[in-house]
Amino acid sequence: MATINLVDLQKSYGGNVLAVKGVNLSVADGELIVLVGPSGCGKSTLLRMVAGLESVTSGRIEINGRDVAKAEPAERDIAMVFQNYALYPHMTVRGNLEYGLKNRGTPRAEIDRRVKEAAEILEIGPMLDRKPRELSGGQRQRVAMGRAIVREPSAFLFDEPLSNLDAKLRVQMRVEIRKLQRRLKTTSLYVTHDQLEAMTLADRLVVMNGGLVEQIGTPTEVYDRPATLFVASFIGSPPMNLIPVDVMAQAEGFSALPLPPDTDIIGMRADQLVIEPPQGESIVLHGQVELLEPIGSESHLHVSLAGQTLVLRVPGRPDLADGATIKLYAPPSAMHPFNRATGRRTDSPPQA
Amino acid sequence: MVENRPVLNILTHVVLIVGVAIVAFPVYLAFIASTHDANAFARGLAPMLPGPHMIDNYAQMLTSGLSSAGAPPVWLMLINSTIMALTIAIGKIAISIISAYAIVYFRFPFRLLAFWMIFITLMLPVEVRIMPTFKVVADLGMLNSYAGLTIPLIASATATFLFRQFFLTIPDELMEAARVDGAGPLKFFRDILLPLSRTNIAALFVILFIYGWVQYLWPLLVTTDSRYYTIVMGIKRLAASADADPYWNLVMAAVMLAMLPPVLVIILMQRLFVKGLVETEK
Repeated sequence: MATINLVDLQKSYGGNVLAVKGVNLSVADGELIVLVGPSGCGKSTLLRMVAGLESVTSGRIEINGRDVAKAEPAERDIAMVFQNYALYPHMTVRGNLEYGLKNRGTPRAEIDRRVKEAAEILEIGPMLDRKPRELSGGQRQRVAMGRAIVREPSAFLFDEPLSNLDAKLRVQMRVEIRKLQRRLKTTSLYVTHDQLEAMTLADRLVVMNGGLVEQIGTPTEVYDRPATLFVASFIGSPPMNLIPVDVMAQAEGFSALPLPPDTDIIGMRADQLVIEPPQGESIVLHGQVELLEPIGSESHLHVSLAGQTLVLRVPGRPDLADGATIKLYAPPSAMHPFNRATGRRTDSPPQA
Repeated sequence: MVENRPVLNILTHVVLIVGVAIVAFPVYLAFIASTHDANAFARGLAPMLPGPHMIDNYAQMLTSGLSSAGAPPVWLMLINSTIMALTIAIGKIAISIISAYAIVYFRFPFRLLAFWMIFITLMLPVEVRIMPTFKVVADLGMLNSYAGLTIPLIASATATFLFRQFFLTIPDELMEAARVDGAGPLKFFRDILLPLSRTNIAALFVILFIYGWVQYLWPLLVTTDSRYYTIVMGIKRLAASADADPYWNLVMAAVMLAMLPPVLVIILMQRLFVKGLVETEK
């Protein structure tokens, strides 16, 4: 149970290469924060700084109001789940769970109680006396979680814990991690590069790029109102369509829209463009069908529009020939105005 | 390779059997010699079957030795050799695992320099630096002592290098997990690294024990007191009698006895030894 405060946290490697360029973040008690971004964006470095595995170049890390930027990992009262699980290969599952507690001088009875409890929560009771190499990937993942749980720490840190699992197991474990975190109400930081994982797990998302925070917000906020062009193109699948204003100008009804100053790019979500004329006011674009990708219950429709390609998500499998001319409708509220130079939205004050 | 070709099977077996025979025959001959009386081999026609004097020969060598050659009883030399081989093997492993730990897991100034200096000593085997080493040991008054026999041979670049390579294959996350779990450097070494190195240690122990056991030149130099003779140099002394033919039967009995401890070590540690060579526990 803890709050985490990151204040102007910076990390540089060997002089002036900044991996993390001043991150501010405050995590409320019991919150699950997901750090998401492409590889090399500094999210893992940030997490490892919170864990105490990377030194802090400047800034503060406060856990429960105490600055721990210089403290050893063991003194920070955190537990970490690693990408490759990092289970001690020569110890049994029980040994793995107990090790951190033994090092802290926890009384025997207390260790047994916690191990039993964690084994019940994670359903790894029958495996307690096995070695990690005798376990499957999903089971190892559980043990790694168990090792964090028995510690009853202030915060869990997850470093891409699901990326070594196959797709099906990943979805299953994702749900379990979410349930577990809700149940234990332990403050958590979770790093992933998978935006879907990020969207489904997070109380709040921190989207990072190039060592900077692009946007902090709930998954819906980030999806519905991306603060920057990067967030718009990173979150959502397929990503948001980004169309220059001069291309949009050819659309019916577009010129009548009041655009914020400096807008030169319009973003539109794939699911907000439709091919049937909707109720109410809408903007109409004319394009050619490039490709129809059927994916089960819906299809991704690629439409070319003055050299730009838009992707739409349409229900079912519409009967459209490649090259056919098509009309696309979008409500004015679906337009996200951006400025290319700053990379930011133009209809809201820039975020701090 | 799983193949089912009878001709190849027979051929490989023939090659192996011939190989074993070539290696084993001299050993067999030595054993036969050790069971005959002194004259049996001097006649020029070597017997091929064991003779009746086995117990006499071995008992004489073990208890009283060959006083005419100035050699102590074999049991004393066996003990000396065992002490020397054990000290060298254990000392080498202890020192090299600690120095490899320092080189791999700690960031200190001149870390690379330290590693390369250790590595360069690989190019200077005992024989090359034997004169200066002897001088140092003599000046320290360590001639005719177990310390003099073992300490100069303990530093080991090879073992350090092997442990370093092994430590580099252990994922960093393991160390990080241990740090988060509250294990300091010593705890991490004792609780994680040592158990993981178990098979490597066993394999190295076998190799180093034999290395220590077969040392010949160094014990020959630093021991003049027969109480510190080791078995390998002692055998040479047994065989070198000035005026008469050597007692080949007794020499061979000593040879057979000298072979036993290394063979025993290999047999006892074989399982771990093979595991250490072929498998990394992960």
